[in-house]
Amino acid sequence: MAEKDTMQRVVITGMGLVCPLGNDVETTWRAMLAGKSGMAKTTVFDASTFPSTFDAEVKEFDPAKYVKSWELHKHSARASGFVLAAAVEACRQARIDIETSRPTDGVDRARLGVYLGAGEGAVDSDVFFAALAQAWDPAKNQMDWLKWAEIASGRMDAMRELEQEPNMPAAHLAMLTGARGPMRSCLTACAASTQAVGEAMMLIRRGDADVIIAGGVHSMIHPLGLTGFNRLTALSTRNDSPQTASRPFSANREGFVLGEGAAILILEFLSSAKKRGVQILAEVIGYGSSSDAFRVTDMHEEARGPIQAMTAALADAGITYKDVDYISTHGTSTIENDLIETKAIRAVFKDKAKSIPVSSAKSMFGHLIGAAGAAELITCVLAIRDGIVPPTMNLTEPDPQLDLDYVPNTPRRCGVDVAMKESFGFGGQNNVVIVRRYKDTD
Amino acid sequence: MRSARVVITGLGAISPLGLTVSEMWQGLCAGKCGIGKITAFDPTGFPCKLAGQVPDYKIQQYVPKSHRKAVKLMCRDIELAVVAANEALTDSGLVTKGIDPENINVNPERMAINLAAGFISCDLVELAPAVAASITDGQFDIHKWGRQGLELVPPLWLLKYLPNMLACHVGIIHDIQGPSNTITCAEAGAHIAISEASQVIARGDSDIALAGGAESKVNPMNVVRQCLLKRAATENNDEPASACRPFDSTARGSVLGEGAGIVVLENLENAHTRGAKIYAELIGTGQSSSVNPVYEHLEPDGKGLRIAIEKALAEAQIEPAALDLVIPHGTGIAGDDRAEAAAIEAALGRAGKGVPVWPTKSMLSNTGTASGALDVIAAVCAMTEGKIPAAKNCQNKAAGCNLNIVTKPIQKKIRYALCCSYTYGGQTAAVILSHFDAETEV
Repeated sequence: MAEKDTMQRVVITGMGLVCPLGNDVETTWRAMLAGKSGMAKTTVFDASTFPSTFDAEVKEFDPAKYVKSWELHKHSARASGFVLAAAVEACRQARIDIETSRPTDGVDRARLGVYLGAGEGAVDSDVFFAALAQAWDPAKNQMDWLKWAEIASGRMDAMRELEQEPNMPAAHLAMLTGARGPMRSCLTACAASTQAVGEAMMLIRRGDADVIIAGGVHSMIHPLGLTGFNRLTALSTRNDSPQTASRPFSANREGFVLGEGAAILILEFLSSAKKRGVQILAEVIGYGSSSDAFRVTDMHEEARGPIQAMTAALADAGITYKDVDYISTHGTSTIENDLIETKAIRAVFKDKAKSIPVSSAKSMFGHLIGAAGAAELITCVLAIRDGIVPPTMNLTEPDPQLDLDYVPNTPRRCGVDVAMKESFGFGGQNNVVIVRRYKDTD
Repeated sequence: MRSARVVITGLGAISPLGLTVSEMWQGLCAGKCGIGKITAFDPTGFPCKLAGQVPDYKIQQYVPKSHRKAVKLMCRDIELAVVAANEALTDSGLVTKGIDPENINVNPERMAINLAAGFISCDLVELAPAVAASITDGQFDIHKWGRQGLELVPPLWLLKYLPNMLACHVGIIHDIQGPSNTITCAEAGAHIAISEASQVIARGDSDIALAGGAESKVNPMNVVRQCLLKRAATENNDEPASACRPFDSTARGSVLGEGAGIVVLENLENAHTRGAKIYAELIGTGQSSSVNPVYEHLEPDGKGLRIAIEKALAEAQIEPAALDLVIPHGTGIAGDDRAEAAAIEAALGRAGKGVPVWPTKSMLSNTGTASGALDVIAAVCAMTEGKIPAAKNCQNKAAGCNLNIVTKPIQKKIRYALCCSYTYGGQTAAVILSHFDAETEV
């Protein structure tokens, strides 16, 4: 399988991004090269008394500006709006017709698929908390289900509840594009959208689709989401300085910054892209997936799972570590991740480990959770295109245990032909995708 | 096409009909109904008071000592998956760390897992004390929640409800270190998980995979949601055994349930080498999507489901008339059943008109992401036994439904069986199994 049949080559022909640094690809990229931060005080709800009072939110976003037939999508959860906008941008670049029953883009709808790493929509907090508050009897320590059912049935909105289901973002993309090919949604925590891109590539290679709209979407910026991460003590609590709070690989790192957004990559059979005459942005050449099978709460100390996923991706791509020019890390800014990830890179990249540039986009746009991997994969494609590697910001205090070249604080000009994107999720999910500068070798 | 043949070598099921595959099959053959009045909470105030609940079990019995502490991090969906995985592996003869650490006969790195998980509702009773501590003047107070309510939420609370934790707990117990994915396509999830897992094996990324789905829909949040969406049966609360009536003229909605179905998929060569018992071969899978503005339902002509079935038939390289059994999704929601019947009739055509169709949800209830896997297991049992039990509660077929619903048990050799599913949101899937004859194997 590793020896690439030209028939099996899968390329990227469009990209779209909505994230805390911008609502499109180019705005975000410019902000990253300027080392900007997407973090600020939480505005989606009142988090002023939470342990973390800030996050990385999508700003000044109106989904109806991107989608003509917004009426069809009006019940969408916040995050589905992000993914619709990202898909509109990506489809435009890849010249895939949307919102039409008579597409002329040359893509057979039965061979157009969707594969998202997508999170659940936000709980309807007002109703959720109100129903609990009124139906719980603290004296008896029990729930009055009769009362709860009355409040919940009376106040919950059917469509708003439905839109929380994790398969709904994919449903909206099916309506947007008329796609009738493989339609999938996965949720492997913070590794989900890297997995979605990897599995989408596999579906195309296998011949199940010509084009797949792949990527991720997630927002956990709601009271229960922030509560959950705060209780795990996974978040930075640097409330006095949100913009410098995400500091991957820095000695004084103390947690990630919760972000939100959506990222879409249009994956396409090379032959289809050529036939349609669309621009090829890069080639997806390798994918590897593994599980730690260690603990629900911690990563394996010796980075067993990440090493296996990286090794599998290199083998799938038919290259060695020597061929990789840049690593877009998972780089969350938690004490554990950054240490284990550094160990994994050291183990896989051996003599090259200390010289290969590696950086973390999360230092700027935060942790987009399920959408993180696809968003960061887009930055890999841009690094290849522009010959410039985005920095790891806020790396002012090097950690003596972490000795790689993290591209601290300023972007770096350097040629990149092959870039590796790695993503690791709670529970020991590891997914790695490798992209390469497209070269026409036919 | 497929590079390696994939067979089923182990079955595990926990369902409203029992804690094992054999209890489920005996129940189906006896026409037993697993639906009853909800006991998980007081359903008095809910429009639907019925559900398919699994019999009592002790989760500790299914979890090895080494992982016993993690039991408190398992929501019910996770528990169900753990129970079914245990049976499937035991049945297959594969000895993992979780089955017997002294006699392991598998390579953990060559094992994969792909489970479909639902939109897991959090346990309201667990959160209630935190909410109760956050009340000012009878109203929920987000400031108080941030200051003190939040502290009462268990530290690892979030990890209980991440969909990928089903696969993670099972993976940790049985030391599954290969590719791991969690499909979140609601009621179509299990068929998608099974087909993706088979592709992971076919492309050589693993030799063995656990695949299927697990979900408990029997919780207050979900019951209210399904009632609001008018998917749940609310008129037959006094007659549990006849409440769910797929394809019947008096069908009035689905009855929700809970369960888990997990199969062991294996590379044929691997199965041969270790002399495994082979139940069936997976010979075709297909996937598509409904494209419907009313996306909580299947589109009226069932086109997306038809495409999925046609793709599966094409991949299996069989004619529709060769099918001996179809297990439809058949929820008992009249409009969806009508659309599904249209899809099956269109895909099977005139030649496939007489193929026996056996809906199972009248007995098993709608177990969400588990349902597709339970159906695959039921199809395998039918093949093994050469028998199709009678469908229940379809006395008078709904107008427009021309399916050959099995009303009396049929004894016959079943060579090819089709299972299909779809979900609110639109994803559709189909799986075709072939009886495995060692003698006639080519």
